[in-house]
Amino acid sequence: MPKHETPLLDQLESGPWPSFVSDLKRQAESRTQKQNDIEYQIPVDVVDDLLGLLELSYVEKEVHWKHGGIVGVFGYGGGVIGRYCDQPQKFPGVAHFHTVRVNQPAGKFYKTDFLRQLADLWDFRGSGVTNMHGSTGDIILLGTTTPQLEEIFFELTHNMNQDLGGSGSNLRTPESCLGESRCEWSCYDAQELCYQLTMEYQDELHRPAFPYKFKFKFDGCPNGCVASIARSDLSFIGTWRDDIRIDQEAVAAYVGGEIQPNGGAHAGKDWGPFDIQKEVIDLCPTKCMWMEGGKLKINDRECTRCMHCLNVMPRALRIGNDRGLSILAGAKAPILDGAQMGSLLLPFVKGEEPYDAIKEVIENIWDWWMEEGKNRERLGETMKRQGFQKLLEVTGIPADPRHVEHPRFTPYIFWKEEEVPGGFERDIADYRSRHPK
Amino acid sequence: MEKEAAKQEILNFLESKAGSKTKFYFNDFTKLFPDMKSRDVKKALSELVQEEKMMYWSSGSTTLYGLKGSGKQEE
Repeated sequence: MPKHETPLLDQLESGPWPSFVSDLKRQAESRTQKQNDIEYQIPVDVVDDLLGLLELSYVEKEVHWKHGGIVGVFGYGGGVIGRYCDQPQKFPGVAHFHTVRVNQPAGKFYKTDFLRQLADLWDFRGSGVTNMHGSTGDIILLGTTTPQLEEIFFELTHNMNQDLGGSGSNLRTPESCLGESRCEWSCYDAQELCYQLTMEYQDELHRPAFPYKFKFKFDGCPNGCVASIARSDLSFIGTWRDDIRIDQEAVAAYVGGEIQPNGGAHAGKDWGPFDIQKEVIDLCPTKCMWMEGGKLKINDRECTRCMHCLNVMPRALRIGNDRGLSILAGAKAPILDGAQMGSLLLPFVKGEEPYDAIKEVIENIWDWWMEEGKNRERLGETMKRQGFQKLLEVTGIPADPRHVEHPRFTPYIFWKEEEVPGGFERDIADYRSRHPK
Repeated sequence: MEKEAAKQEILNFLESKAGSKTKFYFNDFTKLFPDMKSRDVKKALSELVQEEKMMYWSSGSTTLYGLKGSGKQEE
């Protein structure tokens, strides 16, 4: 028997999709059933009250959460987000309902016993409700009380070898794709770089000192499985400098139908025989591919790394051998100034230890943004306000044609007076001697 | 500037504002020390938090700093 009647929430269960309401009801029931077996450290009816509170918000069309607070674990300024309910008498189970962010392993590799340990911990000291994973990629544990925080932190760090993630005005939990562990397209070891930078910037991750949040994301190749180009202030995307490797025999096998295109995906329907002209060559955005005497040719100088041909014919086309990564800056979601994609900052850098060139770029950007960024201003907004040229200046990266987004649309390279021989002042009389009116 | 002197100046600044404002952005403190590197300001602030003279306040997206015990406290 549920603690609160929830007619409006019940309606949400009737749609065709899995419903979080059903999940929460199941969890509420399981907590009540197991209350004699587990010594719950927070109220047993936390999930019941969560449902009741949500129902009330639906009825009144008003939120009953108070945002933010003074919570955290000793020494850390992030990782825990305080949540309090403004109806604690009616819903005592969710009077405190803090969120804990846990740094996920790179590439999200888990052992089942780790997940079991995590779920047991969260049933014992929290609501048992989790979000695997949040938008930034970390494990999100939803709903606990203030006295449990240090206990959870101790258990995570001492017995599970797991740290809290980032929240607030600090470096958010860095996220990478599977990288070289599972993927032949990965142009650098994305997981390793993610790990190295996480360790290097522990202070920035746990002790907030930025104007606002800052995100790193690592994509092993331009397919961008973690969408770093759209979601991170500093995006690291694998690429190569030389040519796409072509296996002409495999190309012929694709054309002849011996190998299924797209690795056999889209095979549920008969799309007819593979047509390399229609499905690959004509779809190349820079039109840099053609067939010549039964052989596939690519003008690699024009390739923009859209990855389409490699994705369709993975056995015939492979990433080049001279690999590294590009760094893009300034992407963000539309909170203040509208959504922005990352702008190319460093066209190519080798992704090799000890990653000093990469760290230098990061630290130069931070020094500038911490100094010049306004409160609650993302890097992308500071870049817009002060200009891309300023970013090049602080990072010491020379201007490059690849920085131009559209010709004649984003001019950002301006001469400064000291760079021009003779400065901006000139003798009009001298000019007129050669150019009469 | 010496770190201890910087810490004292931060506390003086917070006490002088205690009547009107209790939470501050990180950049409000860097403005107090135009000649110091922001990283050193952060170190001074972190120490004050460790010593439990100051505390963090987080909305989840933005973090502010304040004197411990000042302003509205959690129930």
